[in-house]
Amino acid sequence: MKNSSLLIRTAVILAVTLIGFYLVFGPRGSVNASSFTWAGIKKNLSENINLGLDLKGGSHLVMRVKTDDYLKKLTENNKEAALTAAKEAELPVGDGTFVTENNNYQVSINVTDDSKTPEIIEAVKKKVDFSGWAESVSGDTITWSLPVAAQKVLKDQAVTQAERIIESRINAFGVKEPTFARHGASDSGQLLLQMPGVEDPERIKKLIGAESRLTLMKVDSPPNPSPVKIFPTEQAAIQSLGGTIPSNRKVFPFSERDDAANDKNNPQDKKEPTQWVVLESPAVVDGSELRDAAAVSRTGSESDYQISFSFKPGGAQKFGEWTGKNIGSYMAVVLNDEVKSAPYIKSQIFDTGEISGKFTKGTAEDLALTLKSGALPAEIEYQEERTVGPSLGADSIRAGVTASIGGLVFIVIFMLIYYRGSGVNAVLALLLNLLLTLAALIVFDSTLTLPGIAGLILGIGMAVDSNVLIFERIREEMRAGNSAASAVNEGFDRAFITIIDTHITTIISSVILYMYGSGPIKGFAVTLILGLLINLFSAVFVSRTIFMWLLERNPNMKKLSI
Amino acid sequence: MFEFFGNINVDWMGIRKPLIALSILILLAGLISAVGRQLTPGGTDAFNLGVDFQGGTFITAKFKGEKPSEDGIRAALQTVGVNDSVIQSSIDKADEVLIKVPLIKGADEEAANQTQANVNANLAANSDSQTTDQAAAQTREKNQVDSGRALVKSALDSFGKEAEGTKTLAEDESAAYKIVGTDSVGPVAGEQLRNQAIIATLLGMLGILLFIAFRYDWTYAAGAVIAVFHDVLITLAFFSVFQWEVSLTVLAALLTLVGFSVNDSIVIFDRIRENLTLHRNEPIYNLTNRSINQTMSRTIITGGLVFLSVLALVLFGGEVLRGFSLALFVGVITGTYSTIAIASPIAIWWQDKIGAAKAKIVEVSKTERLASASRRSVSRRPIAR
Repeated sequence: MKNSSLLIRTAVILAVTLIGFYLVFGPRGSVNASSFTWAGIKKNLSENINLGLDLKGGSHLVMRVKTDDYLKKLTENNKEAALTAAKEAELPVGDGTFVTENNNYQVSINVTDDSKTPEIIEAVKKKVDFSGWAESVSGDTITWSLPVAAQKVLKDQAVTQAERIIESRINAFGVKEPTFARHGASDSGQLLLQMPGVEDPERIKKLIGAESRLTLMKVDSPPNPSPVKIFPTEQAAIQSLGGTIPSNRKVFPFSERDDAANDKNNPQDKKEPTQWVVLESPAVVDGSELRDAAAVSRTGSESDYQISFSFKPGGAQKFGEWTGKNIGSYMAVVLNDEVKSAPYIKSQIFDTGEISGKFTKGTAEDLALTLKSGALPAEIEYQEERTVGPSLGADSIRAGVTASIGGLVFIVIFMLIYYRGSGVNAVLALLLNLLLTLAALIVFDSTLTLPGIAGLILGIGMAVDSNVLIFERIREEMRAGNSAASAVNEGFDRAFITIIDTHITTIISSVILYMYGSGPIKGFAVTLILGLLINLFSAVFVSRTIFMWLLERNPNMKKLSI
Repeated sequence: MFEFFGNINVDWMGIRKPLIALSILILLAGLISAVGRQLTPGGTDAFNLGVDFQGGTFITAKFKGEKPSEDGIRAALQTVGVNDSVIQSSIDKADEVLIKVPLIKGADEEAANQTQANVNANLAANSDSQTTDQAAAQTREKNQVDSGRALVKSALDSFGKEAEGTKTLAEDESAAYKIVGTDSVGPVAGEQLRNQAIIATLLGMLGILLFIAFRYDWTYAAGAVIAVFHDVLITLAFFSVFQWEVSLTVLAALLTLVGFSVNDSIVIFDRIRENLTLHRNEPIYNLTNRSINQTMSRTIITGGLVFLSVLALVLFGGEVLRGFSLALFVGVITGTYSTIAIASPIAIWWQDKIGAAKAKIVEVSKTERLASASRRSVSRRPIAR
């Protein structure tokens, strides 16, 4: 009876140990002879264990989508769209107002003839998406307001949309194995991006947050062959329009610049543009009609890049019609409210165009990318940025590992001297604990970070403590005159109560840390929890089995090596 | 058998008053340091908070050849407008310098105002994004958690140029230095991390309190949790007095020591509980002493081993782990000490109070009263065997 339980115990331990060995040191994918050489095993180890950014180097960015701004913009646009829709349907509307304060978003439009209210509502709702908004009519005002629940939904949609756009930008940029996910509380609007190996994230940060709006607009100028009408200052341009800018005109700077030699020592120094043009609003086509954009170089020079773009069928149609009617006119290519070029229309064009200007290769590629991936629903802001160079990460590993191994070696030597034969038992349990904790990290696909190593060390500390508790207890029982067998049983039984209590206490606090802590603290909590759970197996179950096995071989043992 | 403490018989509870006095003394020193520093105008704050908790930028720069002096770097930073920098040469790596720059206050507002007031100028800046320098200026306004990194870079550029892009310092021959690590935390994130840390710690302690109360008794739960508080406060006192930096890793260490301290208390409580059933007529005072003495060899071995591992961490763990190692170093000592000096005396004192209340009703001898009162409260739950 006793024999069979010992057999089962031994089988369980062997199976678990083998699985642990395979998980930590075993090869993944293709297996060949070299997988089992010393170098191969080392390689397996580094492939199996997922190191955190603080250990292998990389960038860690926390950004937040400004969802409040998104709702503001949405409210404002909806007001404009509602007014336009009603006016187009030739219904009697006055002016509109909107509120975007204190989580209160509403659009109101004034009706000049009360009897038409239902028709106006119908006309507006046909054109403007007011689903989720609460509608109310009082007197001559129609009001749409956004309930808090709907705000949450919309904000969440904005974050999801931003997530998708940023992801496509990151992928197009060619970052290797990035992790990109929501971060923090569910309504925080935060996103976490981790990029292993990226040491200087400036360019990608710029790319992620870049806003690239492309519009093609007609220039308010006499047609070719007279030159395009340019004003030296914004004031002069506005003066030519009679002092104020009417709603169907826009004044933008014109900077087809190649003056790359700016004052390098004073990047803050902003030059006032010297060329301004007046454009006709609304735009002929805008960026939402873009199908593709790419950086191309005509001359092959690194600093002479253009961006070519093509339209979706709908946009191409619009563009073709317009260019057909406006041959000879000047058309402005406007990028982010700035005219990049103003060629005249030679013949009808349908679906392709070009943003000329002297871009560097990098800038042109980034611009093409941001144009293609679409506009972010709202601006993003960066809240946290951490970068670790690979050498710094390697140094921390080395320091942490050296210190841990130093501590471990000392503990092993001490246990062997102090507890002699039983010390071997304790050391086996310790090493098994270490092996299985690493295996568990691999199984749960957790990353090992610096605080994680700290958790590992504390877990080993607790494992040593468990052994010490048990052994001291066994010694006490032996001093009290018990036989080896009963001392071992008593020792394990009594120490077990203490071990359970100490472990559960620490697990409780670690679980709370895991739930409420942030990144690095989570890493600490995970390894500690795993280490403690495994310790219940290695220090109690395995150690006891070894003792049982010893006693089985020599049932009348009087003295135990402890 | 080779052992350190076979049979010792020390009256631990007899020296509880001097021990508690010692604790109070250290706590007072910490309090004076914290309050004094906070109130001294122009001086340091109560704690040397890392960028994790107060926002700002922490940079590790590696130099090639001659490393500029700390004063030289400070002066260079002042020329770009950073006055409160903390510069520290790495202890274990001669070519590295750690630079801490506080949040550049008002930088965001300034940028916003500029945008408002001078749209045209900004448009010009946008168009200049073709040139890398203008790009830097633009990111300084918009893309930065904090302008710290850009400022430190421009200050360090006065010592030579930074190794480019993905090149290491050795690969780029013309470079003088390279920024190998950055931690930049914005004001919102800093506050968030701080609040999260405090909430997590307090909830963790509450969890411990409830569990010990469930397994043992409220008197023991109170003793253990007050001891844990004591340990955390003592460690913080050291951090305030010596102005060691409090970062997220220090928090992890504080949490570790919470676990360690409670662990230690439970081992002894467990023994007290066991002894209560074995020696029913002994006063709790003696039982506590006996339990501490019986577990002393375990306390010394575990405490000693952990202490030595932590010592290894302090000595060889490197700069990044320094705060963590120091916190654990203090914590291991105080965690062991507080079980004897704080947790046990509080549990006894409280049980004594319970006993005294009962004594007014039933006249029993003092020793019996104490023993039975504590037994009632502690051995309510069956001892599992």
